[in-house]
Amino acid sequence: MSEAAVEKALDQKMNTVPYKMIGKDVSVYYGEKRALFDVNLNIRENTVTALIGPSGCGKSTFLRTLNRMNDTIENCRVSGKITLDEDDIYDPSIDVVELRARVGMVFQKPNPFPKSIYDNVSYGPRIHGLARTKAELDETVETSLQKAGLWNEVKDRLHEPGTGLSGGQQQRLCIARAVAVSPEVILMDEPCSALDPIATAKVEELIHELRANFTIVIVTHSMQQAARVSQRTAMFHLGNLVEENDTDKMFTNPDDQRTQDYIMGRFG
Amino acid sequence: MSTSLLLLIIVVIGFIAFFAGRARSFAQSGGKLANLHSLPGYHGSYVVIWATLPAVLVLAAWLIASPFYIDSAVRSALPDSVQSQGAATVQLALGQVKSVALGLDRLSAADIAAIENGSANLRETLAAKGVALAGEGEHYMVAAAQQFNSMRLYSRWLMSAVVLIVSVAGGFYAIRNIAIRFRARNQVERVILASLIVASSIAILTTIGIIGSMLSEAGRFFSMVSPTEFFFGTVWDPRFAAAGNEGASGQFGLLPLLGGTIYIAFVAMLFAVPIGLFAAIYMAEYASPRLRSTAKPLLEVLAGIPTIVYGFFALVTVGPFLRDISTQLNGLITGNYQNFIQAQSVVTAGIVMGIMLIPFVSSLSDDIITQVPRALRDGSLGLGATRSETVKKVILPAALPGIVGALLLTASRAVGETMIVVLAAGVAARMQLNPFEPMTTVTVKIVHQLTGDLEFTSPQTLVAFALGITLFVITLCLNIYALYIVRKYREQYE
Repeated sequence: MSEAAVEKALDQKMNTVPYKMIGKDVSVYYGEKRALFDVNLNIRENTVTALIGPSGCGKSTFLRTLNRMNDTIENCRVSGKITLDEDDIYDPSIDVVELRARVGMVFQKPNPFPKSIYDNVSYGPRIHGLARTKAELDETVETSLQKAGLWNEVKDRLHEPGTGLSGGQQQRLCIARAVAVSPEVILMDEPCSALDPIATAKVEELIHELRANFTIVIVTHSMQQAARVSQRTAMFHLGNLVEENDTDKMFTNPDDQRTQDYIMGRFG
Repeated sequence: MSTSLLLLIIVVIGFIAFFAGRARSFAQSGGKLANLHSLPGYHGSYVVIWATLPAVLVLAAWLIASPFYIDSAVRSALPDSVQSQGAATVQLALGQVKSVALGLDRLSAADIAAIENGSANLRETLAAKGVALAGEGEHYMVAAAQQFNSMRLYSRWLMSAVVLIVSVAGGFYAIRNIAIRFRARNQVERVILASLIVASSIAILTTIGIIGSMLSEAGRFFSMVSPTEFFFGTVWDPRFAAAGNEGASGQFGLLPLLGGTIYIAFVAMLFAVPIGLFAAIYMAEYASPRLRSTAKPLLEVLAGIPTIVYGFFALVTVGPFLRDISTQLNGLITGNYQNFIQAQSVVTAGIVMGIMLIPFVSSLSDDIITQVPRALRDGSLGLGATRSETVKKVILPAALPGIVGALLLTASRAVGETMIVVLAAGVAARMQLNPFEPMTTVTVKIVHQLTGDLEFTSPQTLVAFALGITLFVITLCLNIYALYIVRKYREQYE
């Protein structure tokens, strides 16, 4: 069976894939301002879910509720319920630090620490005690860099600063850094918006490969990117979830007129 | 005409010039402002500059130069008998002439005539009118004083006339220049630039002047005491420069003072750095904006307290407290109620200076920590690190060069601090390591050597300048190194 056929078969089975995260009636307030209105969105396991929509529609806000990065913003309040494998992540008994180890994040701008490449990747495993010996740590760093498709480019200069890499390499380093913690879900907030087309292509290819081991949620401004990398797409508008569907259906025959208009470029 | 009146007139001319210039440019524009190259206000300012600036410069030059000219004229008119006695006598005579000149206005014509024909004593006559004369006074002095007064009067009138002419002429010249396409705006801009340059060069020139004067005085000191003895001597015992034993010179060893300075600064930093740094981390990373906006200014209020007040605090509170507590501790442990901490000691001075330095450390470090990009925090938190792990492993390493720079700046303050150590550290210049004993610093000794009646010829006084220049070089090096590090750090994020 060709690769494309496998993809297709996978996509068709999509409706039977179990949910990894379930968001129920999620609302977010920044002080008095309400940014999300009762969003019900479920994230399927080992699937790339793309969140699209015009600027300020709440897609990044929703993404950040999934690992409680909104906690770091002053005056931000979340209501509703989000579960990760049946655990309510906003339950007081949940340790937010542990949650973020399970739900990793890659940011819009590459943000490597001003440390060596090795120290960047080993940062997570070190603080979580994932490697007992130096050899284990070395191995974790190597496999993470391999998964991020960066190993061959940096294996000879692991101890040079991560900030010395090119923009695309830095972003893949940040992905390797997230992967090294062995999260279950990886959140990506417009990971390619600061990259050139070639670097973007590499990162997209990488997202494709990561899907086998991780559940991925990606926010993107590029419709083409959403179509290329995702299996499920969710469209946000003015803080509301407009439509969530299989990516193929979304881009060919969306259910909602607003999705149709946005994809056709009539607004946004 | 007095100088202040003259200045007032120039200001009035300036006002008139402004409105005249503005009105002329209005008239030239023919009612359409867009025709003008510069707005009327600029034309007005241009005329003001021409009407006032040259006049004020002439005034300043005249005020500086005329006393010299008048003095030399009067001096050369003194009788040969005085001239032949050397410069010091001439100077003395000139001083007396000036005193007489001051009193001359109060004498009547009859008094003057009486003095000139020798029937009245100059000194007594003047004393009766309330003018004290240093010497007996000679007859020729009245004539010289009259010459002096008339020259001054003449100079003053001439100056007033010249300044006013320059002012008015400048104003008219500028008004004539005004035309539609005249670039008054650019001209004004150039004057503003020049005044900014003058202002900044004053600061730099002053610094150079201070260094120059310190260097020359220190040079005089080193001609009396050898530099090796000063820099490597281990005994500080300058003695007094008492009358009769000017030759007696003490020992001027810098090392006990430098040792005390560094020791006390070290204790102060030991106290200030952890507290200041932790406060900065709390303010920058944990505190809510509301708390931060009240707590940070409060902490910085500490920096506004005059250091002499910290000195009192050390003298009447911290010192006795440490002394008493050491007495009790000693009594509890050994049964011997004897204090082992002196009221004036390295620890007292160090702790109080440390309190003074806390706001510097915390404020500077806080600025540097908040400069670390938010993206790095998010990156670390997003990987499941706690806040303190983020601070320890990402933020502090990223901010470290800047923090080191801040600490060096603080250290240079600690080294140069005077009032706290004067009151809290004691005056004993000793080389020892017990922090509970008094020690003294370079700044304390500068204060001591320069207190009281001074004659700037003995090494006992001049040593203050050598100490000053040494301290200056130390803090300068610390500051330069700190700025170098801070600048290097800034390049990383911008």
